Amino acid sequence: MKIKNIIVAFFLLLATWFLLNGKYDLTTLGIGIMLSLFISLVFCGKCEIFSEMNFSPKGILYFFTYIFVSLGELIKSNFDVARRVVSPSLPINPGIVEVETKLKSKLGRMILANSITLTPGTLTVKVEGDTFFIHCINVEHTDIEGATKDIVKKFEKYLEVIYG
Amino acid sequence: MNEIIEIIGAVITLIGAIFLFLGALGLVRMPDVYNRIQTGTKATTLGTMLTLVGIGIIHLDWYGKILVLIVFVLVSNPISSHVLAGAAHYIGIPLSKRSVVDKMSKKPVLTVKKQTNITETSEKEETKQN
Repeated sequence: MKIKNIIVAFFLLLATWFLLNGKYDLTTLGIGIMLSLFISLVFCGKCEIFSEMNFSPKGILYFFTYIFVSLGELIKSNFDVARRVVSPSLPINPGIVEVETKLKSKLGRMILANSITLTPGTLTVKVEGDTFFIHCINVEHTDIEGATKDIVKKFEKYLEVIYG
Repeated sequence: MNEIIEIIGAVITLIGAIFLFLGALGLVRMPDVYNRIQTGTKATTLGTMLTLVGIGIIHLDWYGKILVLIVFVLVSNPISSHVLAGAAHYIGIPLSKRSVVDKMSKKPVLTVKKQTNITETSEKEETKQN
């Protein structure tokens, strides 16, 4: 599935090129297509990051839903942490818990770990196969099942569809 | 009309600056490394994003570059804090006394072969300092 990998990388690079340029004329388009094609052919032929993605309509719909869900979680997490920092008694209850994921693809796991770091009071400390070690600012469940349900499930249901 | 847009952008940038300040306050108030990394990640991510969005509203023609910057911050900030926290746990920095549970310390954390070399060099450094 190297063709799919190269095509996705090509369009990503082209979009970045246009965003950085800010111009939409024919010369920019030509140079951008040449550069993106060259870079994606040389550097993205061997890596297999994007070949795991699912580009069916449902996958794309879930992708955009996932962006909005994670942005909402990001804003919630910021207010949560800000409240804990400002309040005089410092209401924290920290600890490192263990969770498990069902995701198989590498990119999916990376995005899941990133999202966990951006959600309310959780920080991925270590990834070992299926197991994530997560530092929580406020521990609610110390067992694996409860912590997984709390932290991972809300992202996993979208990422499962996007990354198969 | 231009003034109104500038005021809206300035207000959003100010809110971002407040979040950045709260992140800095959290660095001082939190008890241990891991909680400090938490505040350093969360508050600064939204603070940087809001600051950039405010600038983007004032200068509308910069939106592409600002979008690329926001994506870069969103991707790189969690990774750097993840690596910092992992390194802190690897060299054995303890959690604060208020901590409830530490699932990681039950398993052997040090699995790299260079482990002995690291301790040797650190011992050498200690002897030099003595």
